[in-house]
Amino acid sequence: MDKTNRHFISGDDAVAFGVKLARPQVISAYPITPQTIVVERLSEMVEDGSLKAEYMHVESEHSAISAAMGVSSVGARAFTATSSQGLLYMAEGLYYASGGRFPVVMMNANRSTALPWSIFGDLRDSLSQLDSGWIQVYVEDAQEALDMMIQAYKIAEHKKVLTPFMVNLDGFVLTHTYEEVELPEQEMVDKFLPSFKTPNKMSLEKPMNMGFSTSPSDNMEFKYQQHKAMMDSVQVIYDVDKEFGDQFGRYYNGMIDTYCCDDAEVILLTLGSVTGTTRVVVDSMRKQGLKVGLLKIRYMRPFPEKEIQNVVKNAKVVGVLDKDISFGFEGTIFTNVNSALVRMQSHPQSYNFVAGMGGRDVSKADIEEMFMDLLKASKGEEIERVKFVNMGVEING
Amino acid sequence: MNRPKVQEFKKPNHIDDYPTGPGFDGGHLVDKNAGWRTFRPVIDKDICVNCLVCYMVCPDGTIFKSDGKVDVDYDFCKGCGVCANECKVNAIKMVKEEL
Repeated sequence: MDKTNRHFISGDDAVAFGVKLARPQVISAYPITPQTIVVERLSEMVEDGSLKAEYMHVESEHSAISAAMGVSSVGARAFTATSSQGLLYMAEGLYYASGGRFPVVMMNANRSTALPWSIFGDLRDSLSQLDSGWIQVYVEDAQEALDMMIQAYKIAEHKKVLTPFMVNLDGFVLTHTYEEVELPEQEMVDKFLPSFKTPNKMSLEKPMNMGFSTSPSDNMEFKYQQHKAMMDSVQVIYDVDKEFGDQFGRYYNGMIDTYCCDDAEVILLTLGSVTGTTRVVVDSMRKQGLKVGLLKIRYMRPFPEKEIQNVVKNAKVVGVLDKDISFGFEGTIFTNVNSALVRMQSHPQSYNFVAGMGGRDVSKADIEEMFMDLLKASKGEEIERVKFVNMGVEING
Repeated sequence: MNRPKVQEFKKPNHIDDYPTGPGFDGGHLVDKNAGWRTFRPVIDKDICVNCLVCYMVCPDGTIFKSDGKVDVDYDFCKGCGVCANECKVNAIKMVKEEL
């Protein structure tokens, strides 16, 4: 491997480099911790001329997504980035972008939602937007973040997809941690990612009525189209993953990734950076002869229903690690996983671990505790269905 | 004054007949639209000097020329009266619609 293309950079830097390689024509964004470095780097690249793009200093996240849609509507490539309250402020525009079939690409730094105010990480921001019609991928490290910025445009702009794409990085744990990252050659990225061609182009030559309203007699058809495009994106995700791997040497296995699942009796399902910690725990527990496995969910939308069913079919028990909670029910990832499980002829028991919210660390010991709970359940012992892990105080009794 | 014509709306049979997202060719009219008009602008062609200020200000593009004279497309005029208000030679009068 060519060492000259390897850099020691943060997750945010990796995103900025990935975006630069994808050659967006316009970046419209509003800074918010822990996303800020992304847009700072991009503005520097625009300033020094290394990235030929317009940088729009918009007044809010609502404007950031609105501007990005305008960019996309003239057939240009748009990038925006946000986090937490910024994503929620953008929420109205998220639905416009997906409904308008504008393949905008966004980086979201996963961060806690207020109140209490916190700049630290969890998944309650993006998981609250699962129904906004955006493709959502969650990455494990800085290299995957960079690579997914490039893949994101290729998938989003595919003529069968035309759906906006959100790349999620855990706040601080990924955005601000420095890792060695390989930067692909611009020439190779250009070959992999040709310029964007839109079927819905705002132009004087062929005037269009864009973003119209519909009566009840046609509205559902447009929503069905969005659903179908998202379902069709699954195959595109696999194809792009393979093409990317063939060209750049890194494969991500598409919708999910697995680790030691083949003979696993219990499997823990994770999203994002905590996957890395879980790999280490699986290694040490395997050394003790415990049959534990890891399933990393990469995409939350489209949801890897068949992939999960296929991997867990021989397991006795599965656990889902949620850095979020849907108050009054359970973790949102857990709900989605359960929905996939019940459509199996026979399915493993499932348990939910709520952890790492508001930036609380999820340690190796925490994950080991989760696996030990799952192993207990696999032997018929009763364990909590939804367990809050590493609470600082007693919550029972 | 290249006004689009009303075309018959064909309800799509298959989902693929719908456009990708809510966008379609501009000027695709499928129906007349003037039902809520209370007053109609009537141009006195003897006074009108064909200056086309009304054409410039009409929000619905209903002003056109017929035989060299300015006219109003009542299939789409909503009766807002902007043309009558702006006419420099007072050639346009708003006349109450008969029900």
